[in-house]
Amino acid sequence: MIKVTSLTKRYGDTLAVDDLSFTVRPGIVTGFLGPNGAGKSTTMRMILGLDNPSHGCATVNGRPLAEQPAPLTELGALLEAKAIHPQRSARNHLRALAATTGISDRRVDEVLNLVGLGEVADRPAGAFSLGMGQRLGIASALLGDPETVMLDEPVNGLDPEGILWIRNLLKDLAGEGRTVFVSSHLMSEMALTAEHFIIIGRGRLIADVSDTELAAMGSDRRVLVRTPNGERLRQVLAADGVQVAGDGERPDVFHVTGLDSDAIGRRSVEAGIELHELTPQHESLESIFMELTQDAVQYHASGARTAHPSATIREAA
Amino acid sequence: MTTTVDPKTIDTPAGMTATIPDTVKRERLGHRVTQWAVTKAEWIKLRSVRSNLIGVAAAAVVLVLLGMLFAALGDSGQGPGGAGGPGGTATDSLSLIFGGMTLSQLIIGVLGALFVASEYTSGLIRTMFGAVGRRTLVLRAKAIVFGGATWLVMTIGGFAAFFAGNAVYSGSFATYSIGEPGVLRAVLAVGFYGGCVALIGIALGFLLRSTASAIGVLVGMLMLAPVLVGLLPGPLSDTLTKILPSKAGDAMMSVASPDNLLSPGLGFLVLVIWVVGLLGTAAVTLRRRDA
Repeated sequence: MIKVTSLTKRYGDTLAVDDLSFTVRPGIVTGFLGPNGAGKSTTMRMILGLDNPSHGCATVNGRPLAEQPAPLTELGALLEAKAIHPQRSARNHLRALAATTGISDRRVDEVLNLVGLGEVADRPAGAFSLGMGQRLGIASALLGDPETVMLDEPVNGLDPEGILWIRNLLKDLAGEGRTVFVSSHLMSEMALTAEHFIIIGRGRLIADVSDTELAAMGSDRRVLVRTPNGERLRQVLAADGVQVAGDGERPDVFHVTGLDSDAIGRRSVEAGIELHELTPQHESLESIFMELTQDAVQYHASGARTAHPSATIREAA
Repeated sequence: MTTTVDPKTIDTPAGMTATIPDTVKRERLGHRVTQWAVTKAEWIKLRSVRSNLIGVAAAAVVLVLLGMLFAALGDSGQGPGGAGGPGGTATDSLSLIFGGMTLSQLIIGVLGALFVASEYTSGLIRTMFGAVGRRTLVLRAKAIVFGGATWLVMTIGGFAAFFAGNAVYSGSFATYSIGEPGVLRAVLAVGFYGGCVALIGIALGFLLRSTASAIGVLVGMLMLAPVLVGLLPGPLSDTLTKILPSKAGDAMMSVASPDNLLSPGLGFLVLVIWVVGLLGTAAVTLRRRDA
């Protein structure tokens, strides 16, 4: 379990992480999301004990990681891909890391096979592809059979097969009851693996929600209605804030905003309107994520910086 | 914390049973991190990269071969003792025989700096810090392993250079046998100085964290500083030159104790102050700075 309490990191005048508090619970995959530069890596480095917080603290399984007697058995982390000496073999790389905590060479072989590097374990790691390097990084994270696993952008640069492999691995690790904390700037990727989301922007917490809660945060709640009596529908539903818009392409399809599907159904029955379809439209998690973080994106596609650095991030939530 | 609890079987509201693991079932692997364990890890790292081993061996081989070359050329004025030679301190046969140290020290120092700074570049050092918690354990482990290995190899190199150099020397300086006063100390100082330069390289690696700047400062300290200090006004220059690490090393490795060097004992002291000062500064900044 990871617990972060009013964690703050200041670099000169810049607040990279601003009063961040959250708890990452065991048994599920928790996605750590935010645009580039939101402070995800800085937060993870403070959890790992690499950066000293300006304020607040981060604990792993109850204590700051650096104070744990055997950190490798508490937290397995992957921060940088290819953090290896190019001339050292994967096996020796892991043996050295294992030696710090007295972990056996047998366990080294075990994790090498687990990540599928058993065959190439004695080759210099410099010749590894990005995907192989990423697998080696994950092997080192799993070396101590840790209760908590923390991976920074693990799917970056992986091929589809590698992405699928990581996705399943994360779910398996969570299924075993471990705490799994994974950062990404891609909601589309995290939506497939994570059950809980911690979203930050400009170093501040935007949302700490489950997948269903996140889905409910979409601002756009349209209901698709298909009916041959479109004009009647308009008359019946007409009220303040209720909009009925035609579809443009299909004459019998209407998009209703301002009423939920239950109310639309009830009123249609009362008015005797024949309905062929009544479907609440869910916004994709990705578009919700974009909405939540749009104020926090540091650099927009135009390259222009957002007007107010500390703009109304919390309002977006 | 790490106890193994059997998964509980609970009834969900829907009447289905689901297993919810209370705490993950894990093997108890390893033990607490100790200085000894981290030292073992660094030893595995040092010997699993061939260029490290070749480099340390090369430093000793260079010492012996160049020593023999300078000894053989000693009287023809071509060695470092010749007029205007880079060493300029050859006042006896021993400084010719150990003349190869000028190059060996660079190899050792650069390897030491690389042993640390290359891990900053790749990010491996941060993996290590995450795994051991207390970062100074890594600094001490690297110092013990690389300093120790270099000291051992250069001690062997020192003896080999002494005997091989003496065998080929035919010049006019007095030659020494190992039993004469101060000679064994001078020979042993080769390994000691080598180990000290290794530690200076390690300290610079931790302080500067980049291979380029660590190597730059190292070369400046060992090679350029004597030249630059020599440009200062006389008395100041003489004093400053004596307390440079390379000159302190020369003082320990010489038997004749010329005027432009400290006494061997003072040389030892000055060198130790350099090494302890640099390693201490590196340890303090390592604890304070973000990794």
